[in-house]
Amino acid sequence: MKTVKVYGPGCKRCEATETLVRDTASKLGIEVDVEKVTDAKSITMAGVMSTPGLSVDGKLVHSGGVPDAAKLENWLST
Amino acid sequence: MSSETHGSMARHGAPDWAWYLGVPVAAGAWWLLYTQLIPFSEWVTSLVPVAPDSHTGEAIAFFVYDVPKVLLLLTGIVFVTGVLRSWFSPERTRAILAGKRELAGYPLAALLGVFTPFCSCSSVPLFIGFVSAGIPLGVTFSFLIAGPMVGPVGLGLLYALVGWKIATIYLVFGFSIATVAGFVLGRMGLERYLQDWVRELNAGPPADLPEERLTLVDRFRIGLEQVREIVGKVWIWVLVGIGIGAAIHGYVPEEMMLRVMGGEAWWSVPAAVIVGVPMYTNAAGVIPIVEALLGKGAALGTTLAFMMSVIALSLPEMIILKQVLTYRLIAIFLAVVAAGILATGYLFNLIL
Repeated sequence: MKTVKVYGPGCKRCEATETLVRDTASKLGIEVDVEKVTDAKSITMAGVMSTPGLSVDGKLVHSGGVPDAAKLENWLST
Repeated sequence: MSSETHGSMARHGAPDWAWYLGVPVAAGAWWLLYTQLIPFSEWVTSLVPVAPDSHTGEAIAFFVYDVPKVLLLLTGIVFVTGVLRSWFSPERTRAILAGKRELAGYPLAALLGVFTPFCSCSSVPLFIGFVSAGIPLGVTFSFLIAGPMVGPVGLGLLYALVGWKIATIYLVFGFSIATVAGFVLGRMGLERYLQDWVRELNAGPPADLPEERLTLVDRFRIGLEQVREIVGKVWIWVLVGIGIGAAIHGYVPEEMMLRVMGGEAWWSVPAAVIVGVPMYTNAAGVIPIVEALLGKGAALGTTLAFMMSVIALSLPEMIILKQVLTYRLIAIFLAVVAAGILATGYLFNLIL
């Protein structure tokens, strides 16, 4: 079980990122708990400056756009 | 304009060689289309059963010529800008600005504001990210003003539709307003007017993510993605703007334009600024209007003020920033930028 957080105020890219995370996880057969963090304060506290940002199990792995599908697979499976 | 952050695209789709071949071919096709605009628009206009020198005929000619021209330009500019901006990121910009002394910071921030990709939806985390890294508030404002004010789409279209002289004037004064307004705001000691939680916030250290290595093809992909996103979003504004421009071009009598937007009427400059604030459109939508206004003899200063106000002072942007700025700070910010725009407007009405 992986805990994934998507940081972003709710723009199109943030939604695209969330969808991508869910699709990739189900493709890999990994259980994920996806949380969307939309509050500006929490986004900033996490160190994300350009949204959407992404953290896996508490570790920030990406910020500034919809992540690369191949990299996402890598983050989720390790 | 609304600039967007970029991310690396999924590695799928066309192979590299197709990009190396496709981009030059597309550029060639673009150029060919661009040179055929006048014959094309004349041909289309000739199909419409309206006398070409009537009001309606002139409006139709303006519309038919401007729509393909602006859309072509928009596509080209957004692609090139998307590719260029892939070398910049908000994180890198912050690192550059955080290390600079304050005075050099203002023009540098304005310059980086033009090249750094960020979408207005992430302006809040960006704002806090800058301020918490020790970048002075005024320098941060310079960055935020310059981004939309001297964006490449506005400049490129102004250059192609109105001419290089006015585009250059716009560039110089837009850039100066961003720099000077940031400086003035920085001198005012406005930190106390940030929202409480922002002042108390000790933002986490910036995420130390490994730099992504991008190949040229990745950058092309980013450019194309930008075209899809931005052109897909703003084309409707472009059509509305050109429609308004066409109506002005065809129907508004010149003497009326001179009375309302001529250099004689002192109130025309502030009125242009006030009208511009609630107008929320992309630079691509406003420049056809500017083209038509100038063509009808509107004063340059008044028109510049209108354009700057529409592009740089936008209500939705202010509402987003409300999360971090108090109303008081927003009002001061608006007043300082508007003062710069007014000064520019009056200056050009006076000297021309």
